[in-house]
Amino acid sequence: MDRYITTPLTAEKAAQFQCGDMIYITGTIYTARDAAHKRMSEALARGGDLPMDIKDAIIYYLGPTPARPGQVIGSAGPTTASRMDKYTPALLDLGMTGMIGKGRRSKEVHEAIIRNGAVYLAAIGGAGALLSKAIVGSEVIAYEDLGTEAVRRLTVKDFPAIVVIDRFGNDLYETIDK
Amino acid sequence: MREIDVQTVENAVCEMCVAANYGLSADVKARLDNAFDKETSHLGKEILKKLEDNLGIAGQDQIPICQDTGMAVVFIEAGQEVHFTGGSLTEAINRGVRRGYREGYLRKSVVGDPLLRVNTGDNTPAIIHYSIADGDSVRITVAPKGFGSENMSKVAMLKPADGEEGVINAVVQAVKDAGPNACPPMFIGVGIGGTFEKCAIMAKQALTMNMQEHSELPHIAKMEEEILERINRTGIGPAGLGGDATALGLRILTYPTHIAGLPVGINICCHVNRHESRVL
Ligand code: SF4
Repeated sequence: MDRYITTPLTAEKAAQFQCGDMIYITGTIYTARDAAHKRMSEALARGGDLPMDIKDAIIYYLGPTPARPGQVIGSAGPTTASRMDKYTPALLDLGMTGMIGKGRRSKEVHEAIIRNGAVYLAAIGGAGALLSKAIVGSEVIAYEDLGTEAVRRLTVKDFPAIVVIDRFGNDLYETIDK
Repeated sequence: MREIDVQTVENAVCEMCVAANYGLSADVKARLDNAFDKETSHLGKEILKKLEDNLGIAGQDQIPICQDTGMAVVFIEAGQEVHFTGGSLTEAINRGVRRGYREGYLRKSVVGDPLLRVNTGDNTPAIIHYSIADGDSVRITVAPKGFGSENMSKVAMLKPADGEEGVINAVVQAVKDAGPNACPPMFIGVGIGGTFEKCAIMAKQALTMNMQEHSELPHIAKMEEEILERINRTGIGPAGLGGDATALGLRILTYPTHIAGLPVGINICCHVNRHESRVL
């Protein structure tokens, strides 16, 4: 079914989501991909802070193209989530409730999703021009030197994503594989 | 001897990097349209519609089709009667890539050292495949390659006894392993024969061939159709969320090989199968 939600994504809201639901997100989400995850993990190892309040937050695995003058952001579709698997359980244990990406997740991520009542959503891969239309604000908040891989705070309006792993660990891809 | 200034090559490469990232070739687009018409999954059809809308927005609003604007792969086939003037050809190609990715607002996705991983900031260097042909013209193909699908590509060193069935199984298995990671519906390039590296380069080249056509070799044309059909029976579907359209097109290139081997290169590409060609 279609669900319209506003951030923050509390565990109560996330618990409603079922595999295959179409979610339209309005509010604030954060971008981070490979290099930013590595830095965040190093920060945590040092006892340092994350660039965002991770509690009830959604991270979008995205490295956009540069915006043209007058545009909020360039092309902005999801990258493959499995490359973040190594870093994800720690973020989920700190209270992150949502992730947006594409592709399969590891067993460890499944377990951490169930343990924390989180969800994994997929945005349509290769639809970056279309998806950029749901992003109404974008600001780099950390690791600017990483270029496209910097952490951004995005303001989104009805950003569309499909529930792939729900809070019980049901996995839409696995249903299709069978 | 025909003289060609490398500046001409630079300009062509620059323009092709930009063009490839904002629009797909007619054959690739036609395969997508065809899949949309035939898709029987409701969600699958909706996703294919969104991919069509995405292409429209990319062209109209000048937003790259996908945020992964790729590593620039350049095939350059130079006639042996050509003399390049005005400096280094390799540097000219890289200047073209640098300019194209800057002027076209494309993403810089290349790291200099694969282990130290510092972004080069201008999407260079390109991957350049040179070859020499007869005549006095130069054919350049630019194919920006995204890595969601590149990462799912494979080389399989099969045994001669594995035969045609072995090749088909290897390709279908690679597609299954790629699944939702490679942004299906996909395009598949296959290289059969040659050596370890030759089959991989042929697989890449096969992705730049016309996806509405088939091989001139009857047994290969038949294989192209059969593998595509088998892939589309997996049910992976658009975005990996189920449906008929798992792959939109598949092309095969072959080359003689050793008595002991049957190398197969499988290059997986997403529906954003970008390539532009020009003859100078
Ligand atoms: S696999 Fe293709 S469509 Fe998917 S993110 Fe990469 S370039 Fe874009």
